[in-house]
Amino acid sequence: MKEKSYKAARTRNNILIHILLAVLAFIWVFPVLWVIMTSFRAEKGSYVSTFFPKSFTLDNYIKLFTDTSILNFPKMFGNTLIIAIFSCLLSTFFVLSAAFCLSRMRFKMRKPYMNMAMILGLFPGFMSMVAVYFILKAVGLTEGSLIRLALILCYSGGSALGFQIAKGFFDTTPYAIDEAAMIDGCTRWQVFTKITLPLSKPIIIYTVLTSFISPWVDFIFAKVICRANADQYTVAIGLWKMLEKEYIDNWYTCFAAGAVLISIPIAILFLKMQKFYVNGMTGAVKG
Amino acid sequence: MSTLSLQASLETRRIDVGHVTVMEALRQGGTETKASALIMGLGNILHKQVGKGILFLATEIAYLFFMITAGFHNLSMLPSLGTVEQQEVWNEELQVYLYTKGDQSILILLYGIATILVTLIMFWIWRGTMKSAYVAEVLDRQGRHVNTLMEDIRNLLDENLYRLLMTPPMFFIGALTILPLIFMICMAFTNYSKIDDHLVLFDWVGLKNFMALFDGSSVLGSTFWSVLGWTLVWAFFATFTNYFFGMVLAILINRKETKAKGFWRFCFVISCAVPMFVSLLIMRTMLQPEGAVNVLLRNLGLIPAGSSLPFFTNATWARITVIVINIWVGVPYTLLQLTGVLQNIPADLYEAADVDGATKVQQFFKITLPYMFYVTTPYLIATFTGNVNNFNVIYLLSGGDPVTDLASTAGKTDLLVTWLYKLTIDKQYYNVGAVVGILTFVILAIGSLLTYRNSKSYKEEGGF
Repeated sequence: MKEKSYKAARTRNNILIHILLAVLAFIWVFPVLWVIMTSFRAEKGSYVSTFFPKSFTLDNYIKLFTDTSILNFPKMFGNTLIIAIFSCLLSTFFVLSAAFCLSRMRFKMRKPYMNMAMILGLFPGFMSMVAVYFILKAVGLTEGSLIRLALILCYSGGSALGFQIAKGFFDTTPYAIDEAAMIDGCTRWQVFTKITLPLSKPIIIYTVLTSFISPWVDFIFAKVICRANADQYTVAIGLWKMLEKEYIDNWYTCFAAGAVLISIPIAILFLKMQKFYVNGMTGAVKG
Repeated sequence: MSTLSLQASLETRRIDVGHVTVMEALRQGGTETKASALIMGLGNILHKQVGKGILFLATEIAYLFFMITAGFHNLSMLPSLGTVEQQEVWNEELQVYLYTKGDQSILILLYGIATILVTLIMFWIWRGTMKSAYVAEVLDRQGRHVNTLMEDIRNLLDENLYRLLMTPPMFFIGALTILPLIFMICMAFTNYSKIDDHLVLFDWVGLKNFMALFDGSSVLGSTFWSVLGWTLVWAFFATFTNYFFGMVLAILINRKETKAKGFWRFCFVISCAVPMFVSLLIMRTMLQPEGAVNVLLRNLGLIPAGSSLPFFTNATWARITVIVINIWVGVPYTLLQLTGVLQNIPADLYEAADVDGATKVQQFFKITLPYMFYVTTPYLIATFTGNVNNFNVIYLLSGGDPVTDLASTAGKTDLLVTWLYKLTIDKQYYNVGAVVGILTFVILAIGSLLTYRNSKSYKEEGGF
């Protein structure tokens, strides 16, 4: 008798929890679905009373890439792509080499460097933004197409301070492998390129993707550096512009389309990279 | 003569070539080593390291050239920060006003700091050359092998690889993180601001800006304290709501009885895929007085026609709104990060609790929470710091609105960082902005140091 009621309570709890999860999942998924729906919506404007659009269309995507008269989205897309590729290459190199040195080698500046990275992390990033602009201006990187170079430097310049996750990963591969290789006559450089890197594909992919994505989603830095140079805008500024009062009525659905386009690679990254988020976390806890 | 050299070699044999200091080099080095202090690389050139010596010498010449052409001038301008104003001069021939080039304090400050940094780096290189000259001298005198330039370069790929790999990142960190930071810190001690029109020429004013900010009776001072208060409240709630919500969610999903774990996780994680600024902008548009949410509520008859819920127009509403929406933004990340840690809790703890008849709620408070706090203290500190500096959520969502006190420069949901942004970018009160930035750093540094020192995970490393 008692056994039975216990079981019933358990089933009831189970059902309640599943319902709760369903409700929560709906809250979290709803805005995402809403953006996707909006991107296919034929009616203009920022508000419609129905969740499902009355008619579906691909025009928003087409307009995004063909209507270059007011907001030149293809150009912004190109800008961001170039910036993303180069800053991704640079930051991957910086992050991996810093992480390798800090994990595998012992030198006098090692501890000071790690402490410095921690202290610099406590300063608000936007505090130095104005100063960065002045510096880039002083070396003449804030005019014309050099803005792209300026943004590449901005996104990749400080990346070596974010070595923690990669270092945590390198720390887990046994040092005995390195030693064996060095006894066989490998130099450290060869250990780095021929042993550590091939063993670290996941973390390389993680670093590449995160650094590739940051130019697509960063908005503040791009805005401060680009100022009024509309032909150097990145996608993020373009999307922001579309929501300004004078554009929102005509461009809201295109905004959604643009958002969907840049979300796809990020979605893939996240689903593939879930594991690392967890690993990076536990790595950080181990210290 | 021979006894002398024997003595010298006996003396030098004791020296460990790997760990020489500059003082040793200056005291015990030969004449050529001592002379290297003035002519960098001389010692190396005389001791079979011609290539290396020439490189050192070239560095010195380049530095001296820079100092003579620009450096000394930059440094000499630093105390006054420039005095010459830009002037209009009537040009009779061309019949136009021409402008004479005045001083620009901001550039003087920037170049001055850069020169100081270059000098510090040069001093560091100089120390390196002194050591190198001494080592070369000792090795050469002992008749041991002195590395050639090629061998040194090869060493860069081997035991000195860190020098090769760390130099480029360090260069960029120096130029784009450290230099700007020092630059901004210096601004805090000047009157570089739109107030009194000091945008071109400004002076050092000492601690005046700090005084103004701490003075609770002035507009600036009272704004600072209220913004600081809200920043701390925000950081506390944003951190802990996310933490608990994420943890409860992770526990619910990872329960043994929950079906389709992967699916639930996918549902939450998919919202991370939309870039944060996009989802925040959409939320912002939806929550405007005439936005989707208010129109929907009006159509449903839940609120009277013509009225709207003051999501961003009432201070309390706005504050609650940003915290709630931050839960939506942050929980998926917390879920991902905490899942792994939760799974590391030894299962026998729960089994023992089950046997003793503890309920799930009791288990949560007696086992899960203490364990999680213990393991994730560093993570919590990092999140708290991140939230104090959480620019995106506030700026993109409420923009600091509502501004109730028109005299102040900050709105009711402005954090120190967003206020900093407004002060520098919108208002051009660069000096006040810099002070706010420094104070943010001080608060964060003290806060995280204290909590970290007091946390269990620091006191008893690897205890639990």
